[in-house]
Parts: sequence; structure tokens; C-alpha cells
Amino acid sequence: MIDGLLVGSVYGLAAMGLSLIWGVMNVINLTHGAMIALGMFGMYILFGAITGHPYLLLVPELGAGLLLGIVVYWIAIHWVIGRPMLMSLLSTFAVNMMIIGIGTAVWTTSPYNVNFNLPGISIGSYTFTGNHIAAAVAAIVIALALDLFLKRTRPGKAIRAVSDNREAAELMGISSTMVLSVAFGIGIALAVASGALVSTLFPFTILSGGVYQLKSFVVTVLAGLGKPLGALAAGVLLGLLEGVVTPFIAASWIPLIEFSLFVVVLVAFPRGIFGKVAA
Amino acid sequence: MILKRPSFWLILILSGIFIYLPLRGQNVPLREDLVLVAVAIILSSNLNLMIGYTGYVNFGHIVFYGLGGYIGLYLTTVRGWNLVVAAFAAGVGVSFLALLFGLGILRLRGAYFALATIGVLEAVQAFVMNFNPWGRSTGMYLSFQSYQSWGGAMRALWIDYYLIIGVMAASLVLSLGIKISKFGLGLFAIRENEDAAAVLGVNTTVYKAIVYSVSAFLPAMAGAFMFFKNGMIDPFVAFEFMLSLEGIVMLMLGGQGSVTGAALGAGMYEWLRSYLLTSPKLSDFQLVIAGGLLLVVVLFAPGGLIGWVYRLVPRSRGVIE
Repeated sequence: MIDGLLVGSVYGLAAMGLSLIWGVMNVINLTHGAMIALGMFGMYILFGAITGHPYLLLVPELGAGLLLGIVVYWIAIHWVIGRPMLMSLLSTFAVNMMIIGIGTAVWTTSPYNVNFNLPGISIGSYTFTGNHIAAAVAAIVIALALDLFLKRTRPGKAIRAVSDNREAAELMGISSTMVLSVAFGIGIALAVASGALVSTLFPFTILSGGVYQLKSFVVTVLAGLGKPLGALAAGVLLGLLEGVVTPFIAASWIPLIEFSLFVVVLVAFPRGIFGKVAA
Repeated sequence: MILKRPSFWLILILSGIFIYLPLRGQNVPLREDLVLVAVAIILSSNLNLMIGYTGYVNFGHIVFYGLGGYIGLYLTTVRGWNLVVAAFAAGVGVSFLALLFGLGILRLRGAYFALATIGVLEAVQAFVMNFNPWGRSTGMYLSFQSYQSWGGAMRALWIDYYLIIGVMAASLVLSLGIKISKFGLGLFAIRENEDAAAVLGVNTTVYKAIVYSVSAFLPAMAGAFMFFKNGMIDPFVAFEFMLSLEGIVMLMLGGQGSVTGAALGAGMYEWLRSYLLTSPKLSDFQLVIAGGLLLVVVLFAPGGLIGWVYRLVPRSRGVIE
């Protein structure tokens, strides 16, 4: 159950990126799963090349994710902002197909893993894997850092301003295109980081990102759009749910529960459980 | 009247070609190629009813096809029903389910609806993977006896092919029929501005639920025929998310909102895919190329191939619908 909490915080981190992009530019980022998978393979390559500490490798991963996100923004997103939803869904999906296609050609679809273990902590008769604790801590640190960035710094405030009212922000002298591209970059960086953290927990393939993308959707919808800290909390909640029900029913039923919950929440609370008004 | 539309006769001619070509010399490989094109046309033109006509993106369209396949295979194998009756029952059953789902999730708009359809697809797949009578994650096999009542496997597969072509023709005629009807006009109004449509007296909830349910019927029948042909079904093949998305790519490629566009896009995409898959150099990059193509279409030619033809020859609008 505690393990569920720990893994859940990583779900939350992945969902934060999705939620940020959705909230700021009203784009559902279907490249998210591919980006998570790239994060996993990024960690795999970096860990193989530099024998550094995996959690230090998160820093270059975040930087690379930010750059990648900005590049993808200019290729695929910039032109479809303000056009019908279908267009942005399709353009991000096209990028997703290309990344998955290249990834499949390079790494095939066979599983990889990052061979790294931290000593666990035992409390009474329970043992918590070190990797899980470290991943959860890293996820929470990144989440809090993002929150501080959005609330305290000028670029962060600019992002929030653009997400509230793009025209007004433009009138105040904020270059909304710059802000949008940076926000997209941050969203992708979060996806990449969560992928990197997942890679220290479970084996993965180039297609694994899809599962986490779907979980991110569930989490984002639970939390309501554009609420990064809400997403973290909802992620933990989802992880907890998985942890709680596992002893009682077969694991194969969990997706059914998750997605039914997803559809029901979506229909009953279109603005999320934690949010009553539009963000 | 639908009989006065040139497109109606084009559909009949197309179906005639699909029937005639493989029959000449009992060409089985050609038949297998054409059946994939036919299924692609069925999926994309029914998807067109949602995306192109009504403006609602359905990411989980394949769920109808997969459920239809399951119901069809279950009824023919376990219950021993006649294939055509079983397929019809599958169509009716899946449409009814779609109506129930639709009344719930169609209250959502735009992106929320699109996400909910992914949720429905995943939930149904997860359910089938745990459903004992349908063989859980290993799926079901067709008993060979089912072929006997059709005069052996060979003959059964030919009949099955003609049935699929029939469903294809029905899909295209349905698309055309809805497009020129008052019902279709209501759907277009929803696409352009849902609030305005509601104010002008279009019962948007009922319209959307009906079109969602109608777009489920023929894909479900196609699924029943197709999995009868394949002889087996499992949850991964039946509810493949990728196939659902490929349907959207086809539709965008040909031109959403257009009957011919949906068919043309499906044909082109299938042709492109078979070319890429068999080409030794490019087979690894099939997804990359399809993705790049989709991106180019979305960014530079949102009307698809048909939109381009319309711009080139404006008068063609009246002939090709």
C-alpha cells in the first residue's frame, strides 16, 4: 500500500506535465507517452555511458526534455493553436507516431532495464525498496520546484498569465509565443523525468509510455486541468488505489476499474474532483 | 433523392469492381488485399459520421469492430447461429450499447469527449480480458464446423468476402444518405456551432446519441464477418488502439466530411502501408512516414485529398460527395 503511494507520486509527475500543457495552451498532448518512453531510454543510455548516480542524471534529462519540447512546439504545435481541437490532437499524435516509429527501429520492442538498486528500508515486517522511495522523493522535489517556479518567478508568472488570459498577457508585454513554447518544453521535461524515474523501477519497452500516458489522462482528469499540484495528489491517490485493491482482486481487473472510474469522473465532474471552477 | 446523386452510382460501381476483380481467375491473394481495403473503408467512413459530420473525435471507434467480432464469433461458434444472423445481432447489440454509452459520454464536449472514448476503449478491453465466456486474454477460436454449413472453408471465405463488400457498400450509401438528409444537416449544424444548433431547434443530445449509435452498427457487422474469416479473436487484436488511430489518419488523408474522401483515404493508406511494409529499406520506418504524412496533412492541407480536388476543380463538389 505504501508502495502504491510511492509509485503514485511518479504517476503524478507524469500527469503534471500533461496538465500544465493542457491548462496553458488547451492542447491535449498525445506525444506524452512517447516522451515518457524517451525518458526511460535516455536514462538507459546515460546510465550506460556515464556511471553517474541515476538521480543526478535527472538534471541533464530535464534539460534535454525542455529543449526537445521547445523543438516539438515549433514543429507541430505552434501552427495548430487556436484551430479546432481535432487538429492539435492529430498533430501531436503524428509526432507521437514518428517518435515511436524511430524508437522501434532503433531499440525494437524488446524490454530493457536500468540495473540499479538502492538498499531498502525495513520497518517492522515491511520492506520498502530503496528505488521506490528515491523515485517518490525525486518526484515530489521536482513537483514542488515547479510549483515555486510558477508562483514566484517572472517566467512562471508569465506562464500563468498566458494561461489565464492570453490577450491580456500580450497587452502587458508578454510574448505569448515564447511563453507557450517554454511551457510546452517544461511539460515535456516533466514527462521525460517521470519516464527516467519509472525506468529505475520497472523494466520497459519503447511502447511502455502508452500505459503511463493513459494513467496520466486518468490522473489529470481526476485532478482537473491545469492544476499541477492537484495532479500530483491525484497521482498519489491512483497509486494508493492500485496498492489497496491489489490484495483483493486479480491485477488484470485494475485497468477496468481505473478506466471505468475515469469515464465516470469525466462525465460526472468534467472539471475534476478538486476543482469546481475552470482554471 | 439518393438515386439522382452521381456518388450513389459511383459507390455501386466501386463495389462491383471489388466483387469482379478477385472473381476473375479465383485470385485469392488479391481478395485478401481487397478485404483489408474494404474493412478500412468501412471503419473510416463510419468514423466520418462522427468526426467529419458531427465534429466529435472518437478515438475508440475500433471498440465497435472488436465487440462485433466477439459477439459474432461467440454466437456462431458457441451458440451455432447462422453467420449472417449472428452478424446482424452483433450490429444491433453493439449499437444498443453505443446508445447507452453515448447518452452518458456525449454530454462531454471537444477534448473531454475524445478522452472519454479512449477510456471506453480501454475499459472494454480490460473487461473482455477478464471475461471467462470469451476466453479472457487468450481469446476464442472458430470451430471448423461453422464452415461446413457454407459448403466447406473455401466457399465460406468467398461468401464472407462478398458479405464484407456488402457492408462496405452499405457504409458508403449510409454516409451519402445521411449527408443529403435533414438529419445530416442537423449534424453539420452541431459541428459548426453546437449552441447555435440547439437554439435553432436541433435536439443535439438525441442527434449525437443516434449518430454515435449508427456509426457503431456497420463496423460491428464488419467485425463479425472479419473475425469469422480470421477464425480467431483475442483482446489485443480486437481492440487495437493503433487501428483506431489509423482510421483517423485515413479520414484526414482523404478529407473529413466527405464520403469519397473517407473511401479514398482508406484506399490510399492501405496501399501506402502495404508498399512500406514490403519495401526492405522502409519497413522499419512505416510509422515514421505515416506520422510525417499525417502531420503534413494536418498542418498544410486540413481538407485532405478531396479538399485539394475541390479547390482545383470547384465544380466537382456537386459530383463527388
